[in-house]
Amino acid sequence: MKQYLKDKNFRAGLLITGIMLCVILIGLLWTPYDPNAMSGSEKLLKPSATHLFGTDNFGRDIFSRVIQGAGATFLIAAAAVAIGLVIGLIIGGLTGYYGGVLDEILMRISDTILAFPSILLALVMIAILGKGKYNIIIALGILFIPSFARIVRSEVAKQKNTDYVRNARLMGASNMRILFLHIMPNIVPVLLSSVAIGFNNAVLSEASMSYLGVGVQPPDPSLGRLLSEAQGYLFQAPWYAICTGLAIILLILGFGLLSEGMGGE
Amino acid sequence: MSDRVLEVNNLSVVYQDSTVFGKKSNFQALTDVSFHIDHGEIVGLVGESGCGKSTLSKAILGMLDDAKVTGEIRHYTKRPQMVFQDPHGSLNPARTVGWILEEPLRIFGKYDAPERKRRVLDMMTRVGLDHELVTHKPRELSGGQKQRVSIATALIQRPRFVVADEPVSALDVSIQGQILQLLLNLRDELDLSYLFITHDLNLCYSICDRVLVMYKGQIVEQGPVDEVYEHPQHEYTKALLDAVLK
Repeated sequence: MKQYLKDKNFRAGLLITGIMLCVILIGLLWTPYDPNAMSGSEKLLKPSATHLFGTDNFGRDIFSRVIQGAGATFLIAAAAVAIGLVIGLIIGGLTGYYGGVLDEILMRISDTILAFPSILLALVMIAILGKGKYNIIIALGILFIPSFARIVRSEVAKQKNTDYVRNARLMGASNMRILFLHIMPNIVPVLLSSVAIGFNNAVLSEASMSYLGVGVQPPDPSLGRLLSEAQGYLFQAPWYAICTGLAIILLILGFGLLSEGMGGE
Repeated sequence: MSDRVLEVNNLSVVYQDSTVFGKKSNFQALTDVSFHIDHGEIVGLVGESGCGKSTLSKAILGMLDDAKVTGEIRHYTKRPQMVFQDPHGSLNPARTVGWILEEPLRIFGKYDAPERKRRVLDMMTRVGLDHELVTHKPRELSGGQKQRVSIATALIQRPRFVVADEPVSALDVSIQGQILQLLLNLRDELDLSYLFITHDLNLCYSICDRVLVMYKGQIVEQGPVDEVYEHPQHEYTKALLDAVLK
C-alpha cells in the first residue's frame, strides 16, 4: 500500500473513488429528495439551487436519482466481481497448481466463453434466467470467472516452481496450505489491479444491460437505467443525460486510475 | 560405530518431457549413483555446472516431481532439510521473517503459539539475527541476513541431516566466510551432517571430510578429501584439480 501511494495516478484514483464512495454511502441513508417521488408541477426543471441536477419528466429530483443509481450500479458491479473473483481464484488456483487434464478442460471452456462478445453472452444468460437486478449479478459474475481464473492460473503456475514453494513442501506443508497460505499472498498485487479493471468492466456492463432494459427495473434507478430514461429528453433536458454520464465517468475513472497506479509498480 | 544418516544405492534419474501427444525426449540426468553419508560428516559434492549436482540434491529430498527416479534412497534421520543456493528465491517474498520461521512449527502442530514464538527467537539468536527483524519482509534484508533466515528455517525443524546446495555462492565474498563459519558452528552445536554441494574445490578442501566427484551424471570418484586431492584416480578429477592449482 505504501509504495502505491507514491504514484500520482493511484492518489488521484483514491481521491475520486473515495469521494464517490462517500456520496454513495450517504445516499444509502439520505438523499435530498425521495428518488422516486413524482411531482406534476416540477417537470423537467433546469439545474438550480433547489434541484442540483434539475428534475426529470415526472418531476423527480435527478441528483437524488443519480446518487441512488450510482449506489445500485456500484453494488451490482461489486457483487459480480466478487463472484467472478472467488470462483476464479479457486478454479485458477487449482488448475495452475495441479495442471494436467483438468487444467486443459477448464481452460478450453474458458477459451470458449472468452470467444463470445461478453454483452451477447450476458444477454443470452438473461434470456434464460429472466430480467432483474439479481440475475444480472449472476450473469456478470459468471462472465468474469474466466478472466480471473486465467490471471490466477498463470501467476500460480509461475510461483509453483520457486524455491520457497519447494521449501514449504520440504517442511511437510499440504498442497492446500502451499496454495492458499504460501502462493496466494504473492499474487495479491497482480490481482488487485485486475480487480479494479474487472470492476470497471462490470460498471460498464451493468450500465449497458440496464440501458437495454434487461437489468434494474423501473422505477428503481441505476446509472444505465437513468441513461435510457434520459435519452428521450436529450433536447428538452440535456442535463439529465450529462449528469448521469458524469457519474459513470467518475466511477470508472477512479478505478481506472487505481489500477493504473498499481500496475505501474 | 559410525551410524549412517543417508544411503543411496544405484540412483538413476531420467527427466521426461511429456506432451499432449504422448511422451518423448528423455534426458538421463543421473546414472547409477551410489554413496553414503555418516553421522557428523561433511561430504562435499563437486563437479561442473550441469553435471547433475542439483538434480542429485533434489532427488535425495524427494523434490523431483516430473522425473523418473529409480534406485534406493534411505534416510536414517527424520525431516532432512535443505539450504538453497539463492536466498532471494527460497524465502516467501510476501511474508515476514517471523511468519517464515514459524511456519514449520505450525505444520508440526506440536507447540502452542508462545512456545513457537520462543523457539523462533531462540533460533534467530543462534544464527545471529537481530530479534527486531521478525517483522521485516525478506526484501528488506541483506543477502547475508536472508541466508541466515534460510538456514534458520531449515534448522528450526531440528533436522540431523542438511543438504546445502551452494549455500554461499550467491553471496558477497565478504559474507561467504561468515555464513560458512555459521554452518560449521551449527554442525557442532546441533549435531548435524551435511551434504555440501559446491563447485569451489578450495572451499570443499577446507571444510569437507569426504568428497564425491561428479561428471556427466555419474560419481566418478569418491573418498576422503586428502586422498582424492593428492592422488586423483580419474582423468576428470585430475583435470579439475589441475585447472584450480594452475
